Amino acid sequence: MKELLTLSVAEINQKLHAREVSAVELTEAVLTHISETEPKVQAFITPTPELALEMARQAQARLDAGERAPLLGVPIALKDNLCTRGVRTTCASRILHNFIPPYDATVVRRLRETGAVFVGKLNMDEFAMGSSTEFSAFHPTRNPWDLARVPGGSSGGSAAAVAAHMAFATLGSDTGGSIRQPASFCGVVGLKPTYGRVSRYGLVAYASSLDQIGPLTKTVEDCATLLNAIAGKDPHDATSVDLPAPDFREALVDDIKGIRLGAPKEFFGQGVQPEVAETVRKAIGLLESVGAEVQEVSLPMAEQSLAIYYILAPAECSSNLARYDGVRYGLRVGAEKGHIGMMEATRAEGFGKEVIQRIIIGTYALSSGYYDAFYLKAQKGRTLLRQQFDAVFQQVDALVCPTAPTPAFKLGELVDDPLAMKLADVLTIPVNLAGLPGLSVPCGFVNGLPVGLQIIGKPFDEMTVLRVGYVWEQLACLRDELRTPTGLQA
Amino acid sequence: MALTLEQMRHTAKLARLELSDEQLTELMRPINALMEHFERLQALPLDEVEPTSHSIPVFNAFREDVVGETLRREDALANAPDARDGLFIVPRIVEE
Repeated sequence: MKELLTLSVAEINQKLHAREVSAVELTEAVLTHISETEPKVQAFITPTPELALEMARQAQARLDAGERAPLLGVPIALKDNLCTRGVRTTCASRILHNFIPPYDATVVRRLRETGAVFVGKLNMDEFAMGSSTEFSAFHPTRNPWDLARVPGGSSGGSAAAVAAHMAFATLGSDTGGSIRQPASFCGVVGLKPTYGRVSRYGLVAYASSLDQIGPLTKTVEDCATLLNAIAGKDPHDATSVDLPAPDFREALVDDIKGIRLGAPKEFFGQGVQPEVAETVRKAIGLLESVGAEVQEVSLPMAEQSLAIYYILAPAECSSNLARYDGVRYGLRVGAEKGHIGMMEATRAEGFGKEVIQRIIIGTYALSSGYYDAFYLKAQKGRTLLRQQFDAVFQQVDALVCPTAPTPAFKLGELVDDPLAMKLADVLTIPVNLAGLPGLSVPCGFVNGLPVGLQIIGKPFDEMTVLRVGYVWEQLACLRDELRTPTGLQA
Repeated sequence: MALTLEQMRHTAKLARLELSDEQLTELMRPINALMEHFERLQALPLDEVEPTSHSIPVFNAFREDVVGETLRREDALANAPDARDGLFIVPRIVEE
């Protein structure tokens, strides 16, 4: 049974349909594995075993009735900033420690309809602000490849759960790299779709012009399957785009001949560890050897992205997080201090340091007299960056580069360094600012730790991104090596 | 461009955060490290550039003016720290 847990969604789907295992047996095996593995990894905030078994029974009934569907009966898990009706959704924050949403996020509703089985809600940095999952108000998550290291963040629980086979796939959210960077650190596949491709309704907002929900999976094929399930226009999210969502599985073509790839030179400098750059360059060389046309390109504005992001994202966060005031949900303290005093006390006690830091930066950047110097300037910088991406995409079909400048770092290593932690996202942030799709696929290992290859595409061209990722995955043949994370052996 | 303690106090007030001077002083170091990093934007040639608020063009999204699904009142109130008679209860706002 244990070996079944290391299979992909596509592989376990076949076993379910062939009746080699039932959805209930499979779910029970996953729940047992979670109870054994979770003390080491701590990927979850709220496991949902009873809900999982109930959903598994329903899925099995549909399977017994002869229904065929790619996620039917497959155990998956959700980042804890996705609203789940009746299941606590905390955003890893004290301020929402007891929040039970009265509705489902659109992606959650869509996954329910596919017959997927929800095994729990996953740990993250508080309100998705961080790059290591150490800023969770509950506990840090550990990297299955080395338990002394972080899984990345903010979707650290989502990446670690897939790597440790506690779910066949998970959903995360990505505002500045929060799907791709942990995917890189944990040796899994992670996709941030184009802004607008997936509805954000029911995703607890951090920075609304940057946030996107996306899948974390063991294979590129599974990534396409999950994207099929969650993509598409939603009347509840006015920024979701009314484009016909293609069948993303049609991207899974093992042929890259004639595809033009650009290697942006700025993404190989900027503090990228030489061994990481080398690993990624080797991968690009291999893609070239099977027919990709590779050229070096330049995106000078990428080096300003961190500054732009740390004005815009906190500005949006300061506005979005104004709703946590102790009135309608979540924590309330200091009721004796009057209504303003209650709000001030509630917010100071409910939010962690990193969140408070960003609220203050954002409030300052938007405040009277500073708006032009910070917020407006950053928005203009964002335009320049987008223009540079547009120009580069006149020459190439996709960009290839490292996902993160280093492999996973140690717990505690960067937590007190205000800039070093943020530099972990320096290669992923430009993609959010420009609203582009970005995929991280396992590329190789540096000092025994996984490293990701990032593939960036034109807006709404997830097809090319997935295709390049799929071709690389077939070339790399890392699947067996990725099956048994070193931190969980013995 | 570093924030002073006085500016920190004012900004915390705007953001409705009850923070002591000790807490604000501790927050100044990481915040000012970022403020210093923001300096690099000052040199960019941005005068002629239009600001981007969304990476995709987003315009007003209209819909038919019909009643859609709504939350039931008891569901909307279920998470409230204090609720009574179908209402959210807040500390007294108007003095007697």
